Amino acid sequence: MPYYRLKDLIKAIRACKTAADERAVIQKESAAIRTSFKEENNDARHSNVAKLLYIHMLGYPAHFGQIECLKLVASNRFADKRLGYLGIMLLLDENQEVLTLVTNSLKNDMNHSNMYIVGLALCTLGNISSPEMARDLCAEVEKLLGSSNTYIRKKAALCAMRIIRKVPDLQENFLNRAKNNLNDRNHGVLLTAITLIIEMCYKNPETVQTFRKTVPLLVRHLKTLVSAGFSQEHDVTGVTDPFLQVKILRLLRILGKGDAEASEAMNDILAQVATNTESSKNVGNSILYETVQTIMEIQSESGLRVLAINILGKFLTNRDNNIRYVALTTLNKTVSIDTNAVQRHRNIILDCLRDGDISIRRRALELSFALINESNVRVLTRELLAFLEVADNEFKQGMTTKICLAADRFAPNKRWHIDTVLRVLKLAGNFVREEILSNFIRLVSQTTELNAYTAQKLYASLKSDISQESLTLAGVWVIGEYGDILIKGGNFEEEELVKEVTESDVIDLLESILAGPYANQVTREYVLTALMKLTSRFTSISSIQRIQAYIEKYNTSIEVEVQQRAVEYSNLFKFESIRPAVLERMPIPEVKEEVVRQTEDTGSLLDDIGPVTATTATPQNAKNDIMNLFSSGSLLDDIDPATATTAAPLNAKNDIMNLFSPGPTTPTTAPVAPTQNAQQTNALDSLGLLGLGGAGIPSQSSTTSTSTSTSTSTSTDQYVAYNKNGFKVSLNPSKDPNNSNILNIEVTFHNVGVGVTVQNLLFQAAVPKTQKLQMQPPSSTSILPGATAQQTIRVANPQKSNVRLRLRIVYSTPTGAKVDEIAEFNGFPQEIW
Amino acid sequence: MLRFFLLVNKQGQTRFSRYYSGMPIQAEERVLMEADIARKCLKRSDVQCSIFEYGQYKLAYRRYASLFFVIGFDEEENHLSILELVQAYVEILNTYFDNVCELDIMFNIEKVHVILEEMVSNGRIVETNKHNVLAPVLEMNKASR
Repeated sequence: MPYYRLKDLIKAIRACKTAADERAVIQKESAAIRTSFKEENNDARHSNVAKLLYIHMLGYPAHFGQIECLKLVASNRFADKRLGYLGIMLLLDENQEVLTLVTNSLKNDMNHSNMYIVGLALCTLGNISSPEMARDLCAEVEKLLGSSNTYIRKKAALCAMRIIRKVPDLQENFLNRAKNNLNDRNHGVLLTAITLIIEMCYKNPETVQTFRKTVPLLVRHLKTLVSAGFSQEHDVTGVTDPFLQVKILRLLRILGKGDAEASEAMNDILAQVATNTESSKNVGNSILYETVQTIMEIQSESGLRVLAINILGKFLTNRDNNIRYVALTTLNKTVSIDTNAVQRHRNIILDCLRDGDISIRRRALELSFALINESNVRVLTRELLAFLEVADNEFKQGMTTKICLAADRFAPNKRWHIDTVLRVLKLAGNFVREEILSNFIRLVSQTTELNAYTAQKLYASLKSDISQESLTLAGVWVIGEYGDILIKGGNFEEEELVKEVTESDVIDLLESILAGPYANQVTREYVLTALMKLTSRFTSISSIQRIQAYIEKYNTSIEVEVQQRAVEYSNLFKFESIRPAVLERMPIPEVKEEVVRQTEDTGSLLDDIGPVTATTATPQNAKNDIMNLFSSGSLLDDIDPATATTAAPLNAKNDIMNLFSPGPTTPTTAPVAPTQNAQQTNALDSLGLLGLGGAGIPSQSSTTSTSTSTSTSTSTDQYVAYNKNGFKVSLNPSKDPNNSNILNIEVTFHNVGVGVTVQNLLFQAAVPKTQKLQMQPPSSTSILPGATAQQTIRVANPQKSNVRLRLRIVYSTPTGAKVDEIAEFNGFPQEIW
Repeated sequence: MLRFFLLVNKQGQTRFSRYYSGMPIQAEERVLMEADIARKCLKRSDVQCSIFEYGQYKLAYRRYASLFFVIGFDEEENHLSILELVQAYVEILNTYFDNVCELDIMFNIEKVHVILEEMVSNGRIVETNKHNVLAPVLEMNKASR
């Protein structure tokens, strides 16, 4: 049985025990309503539509009632009409064709003698108007906007707003009437007129200019509201019509923005509102909040700005959380404009970090980071670190990243920088992004003077806590890399630092990490590599044997990567001659501020690191290359593109030519590399150089000629590997003093006759498979005419075979020329290699 | 502008809802969202601020007995004003129904709509004065008899 009244239906629905029951009741009722609609039952229509609106609210289909709403609207009974229009507003949206059918009813009702019917029509059009309806009914709305009835005027203003939204061209029709309504005494009319004008200004910035003339009028309105005593009609807990005040302030903001004259005209009233508004209640604060926003956006006097920021500062001490919330949100918006004024409230902002409300804490945290600068970095970081200790876990990762970035940017010295990051690792080592860790490692390797300090600190931290993953990884890496320095010890200011560390202590610690409950695959990889490095840092035979035995245990690890490392490291013990060279300390990476800068802009560190790690990932595939594996295991490679390019040649699987094969130059187009005796070439070259020397670079030629004259002595020889288009590359080989298997080659690039600056210089080299190559960064990638640049390459040549180099030289000039050449060189005499 | 006006009870049942243009009003989506908002409001404690972000909107809510009055709005709106609007609306309902309760709202949903329509139209405030809101409503009720 269908229910006859809405009341009965609601009761039936309330009586339902389950959602399925409710669905059943509604389905049955909907079916009954449909039938009733089909029967054209005029008496039941009103209650059916009312029931349908309720069903719609509960989330069930009710679209079949749309036409019935139209029928109600056409009825003569006011109650039917009202429900019909309500149904249209709730059930229809502007995309439905039924809408066109409404237009005529609306037109009729807008001309009705009953003001409430006109009001209903205006409300409905204001809610559902489509562009077509807007055009059709624009004239009616325009007329009603000038009606003598305030009730109709205010409704017409919001209807006009919708029309402008749909068809901005129609704006002109309402301009004058809107302006007239600004003079209205009725608050509702004034409020809606301002709303309409704000909309016009948003839609069409040119309108702003037109309405700037009304600033004095608006100021007068505001003044009346502020200074008027108690008014029964508009009082809201002691404040006169706060909604209207807020609206006026917003329009003033739009009109004052970017216009000195208009801003000047409203300065006084803003100051008056800011000082006179009662701030003990939410109502007053809503006005103050709007005032602050207006002051910050217009061209206001500096005194007024300070006043505004101070209001926000006062908000921060308010007990009402909503007020503190808006204060923090607004300060976040203004901090970039008026940092100094905000700085004064730093302590209160920091207090908000301890607030009971997580929303407040989050906003305060954002703001605290925005406040960090060179002068307060120590204080603020100390506070933030204290907060990090107690912070919600969801904040931690963001915090560690931001603290480390701030430390990167503003660190007063290296020691402080290292201490800060260390503290972050200790407090929230499980919430640290990978790139923050690699930045730290880079910082440590660059700060050679503090290596011992850092190693000791990390060692001590790991002794007390191995549960923080990032701390463990950083510690293990540093201990592996600087194990020898750690053992040597040193004197530091802090007493708590471990003074005496023995080799077996260090190995104990590393083993305990792997035995501990927090070890995962990454830690295992790190520890194995660190242990392996320690075999070349430690001197005692027993330590080395212990490490060897320990590593061998992992030869059967089920993790492929760990097993591979273990097996390769175990095998490395059989090559005593190359082991020290393989395990040498990593080169100090270049300073790379770029990464940090970019990440500040985008906020996404991973995106920037992505491509770099992608290129370095390839070496991991090189199956038989111990050195490759070693370099991929080290963090430095993962973060530094300079070393990454070095890794690429090492990656050459079987063919040293691989590196160049994808390049545009094939060996046929490549210049013929000097195959003659190197000295001869050199002599020839310097002859050519002497000829050029007449062109104004005598000093250059003379140094070269002296080097030619001394070229008979073996180890300081200059060999020319490439000389073309006025660009010369010479090689100066020498044996590494520490390892006779390594040949250091200093490559010098001479811009002897290019005539212009050489830019974007890229130098790559490859060696035969039996040799290994390492490249240091170049001293410069651009060379002025007559100047030189250096780059050192190291060739590990354990088999003492002929050192054959394949070189690629790429550079460009400001004139647009691009050079991409390949050269070969094998002219070193045997005694050098 | 205001995006929607929602009354939900502690059980997460919607007692009243009004959406303004531009809101996705697919029925299922709407029901899910309303329940989710009710859950979010319930989860918040009294010490927490009553403004929070929800998707692309900001929400401000006030709780009166078992009912949450929730308004979804755009960032540009004055948050504190919105809270004041909720208060004004509740006061007006209270006058009209003479101590309003959840059942009044349930069984007189059409009236609740009409009153709101006098205060907010198409997501903008029209009138907040108690007398100016209620006078036309009472007039219209007379005409409806």
